[in-house]
Amino acid sequence: MWKSRPDEKPITSSPAQPSFTSAAMTPTLAPKAAKETAKSNDPFRADVAHIGKSVLIKGELSGSEDLYLDGEVEGSIDLREHSLVIGPNGRIRASVSARELVVHGRVEGNVRATERVELKKSSTLMGDVSTQRIVIEDGAFFKGAIDIPKDAKVETRKASVAIPHTSTPASVSLAPQGSFLEQK
Amino acid sequence: MRWFRGSGDRQNAPLNNSKAQPRTLRHSAGLAEFMRRIAGEEKLCVLDLGQTSPVNIPFLTQRGARVYNEDLLRAFREKNYLVKQEDGAECLDVTTFFAENFDYSENQFDAILCWDIADYLPEPVVKPLVEKLHKMLKPGGTILGFFHTQDAGPDAPYFRYHIVQNDTLELAQGPNFRLQRVFNNRHVENLFKNFSSLKFFLGRDQIREVLVVR
Repeated sequence: MWKSRPDEKPITSSPAQPSFTSAAMTPTLAPKAAKETAKSNDPFRADVAHIGKSVLIKGELSGSEDLYLDGEVEGSIDLREHSLVIGPNGRIRASVSARELVVHGRVEGNVRATERVELKKSSTLMGDVSTQRIVIEDGAFFKGAIDIPKDAKVETRKASVAIPHTSTPASVSLAPQGSFLEQK
Repeated sequence: MRWFRGSGDRQNAPLNNSKAQPRTLRHSAGLAEFMRRIAGEEKLCVLDLGQTSPVNIPFLTQRGARVYNEDLLRAFREKNYLVKQEDGAECLDVTTFFAENFDYSENQFDAILCWDIADYLPEPVVKPLVEKLHKMLKPGGTILGFFHTQDAGPDAPYFRYHIVQNDTLELAQGPNFRLQRVFNNRHVENLFKNFSSLKFFLGRDQIREVLVVR
């Protein structure tokens, strides 16, 4: 009496809404951009070369694939059109050239990244940086110079620049400013 | 000038303790004047002597400036520059400190953001620092410095200054550096006596802003 007949169709959601898998309730229509972001942040992807924290390299390190580096390098690193992630155990005393650089560990040396440099909160970077775009987390330590090449600046302004403004104050008070007192 | 003697234990507190600290916006007439002076300049070279700021660096680089960051207070905290003299007394090795942390060429910078670090640096460093700033700054270059007023006590909190607009700063508390002294106006004038002009901007909080032009 209460069994549904095999020819009955199950009630489905409206086609405008995304459908969800029953196990994880993950939207099957997840935005492509979100997937790409997750992919680019995952250092353990199969297509990323990985250098572990016990590895010490002295000399010239170059390659044509993305690299996750958690060890020590003294010399130079040249990845040209690829991204480099320095892990939290990474200790680099080298000049670095890459498309994109993300630093969790420590870098001593000049950095040239054609697209972007990102300094995470645990990072230390001592050296001069030349890049189109820089993102610095609160807590990162930087000592040196930052140069955004002029032609790159135009592109940066066109794109929405991500400045990690860490917090919005709940209550904002504007301390009044007094007037000019004296001039020598 | 008022001095604040004490153990200075707060100076040794951990560096990254500014999380979840309240942030306050503060109008800054000195900063507005500073930004007006550097506006429109080509190939601007700016030195920021405060802690690495995730806000200041993008703010200045987006205006075409090449930004240098030099956190002198952190440099003092990370290494002991005290040396023993022949008579056994300890003194600060200022020469080594500047050689390791402040090696810039003459006339290199168009502008320097000094913030209030002069109030927190050890006494033997302050005057040599200002002399170095004079050499490093181009003629006509500008320094923005903050000085605590007489109302500030030794426990006045240390703030990091983030530039959010041309005339507005965001103050983020910490780390726990200890205020070393309070300069009065005459001392500030003497400190910058080799510069061509000084402008004072008085706030209703415990900070005076000073715009110095070489």
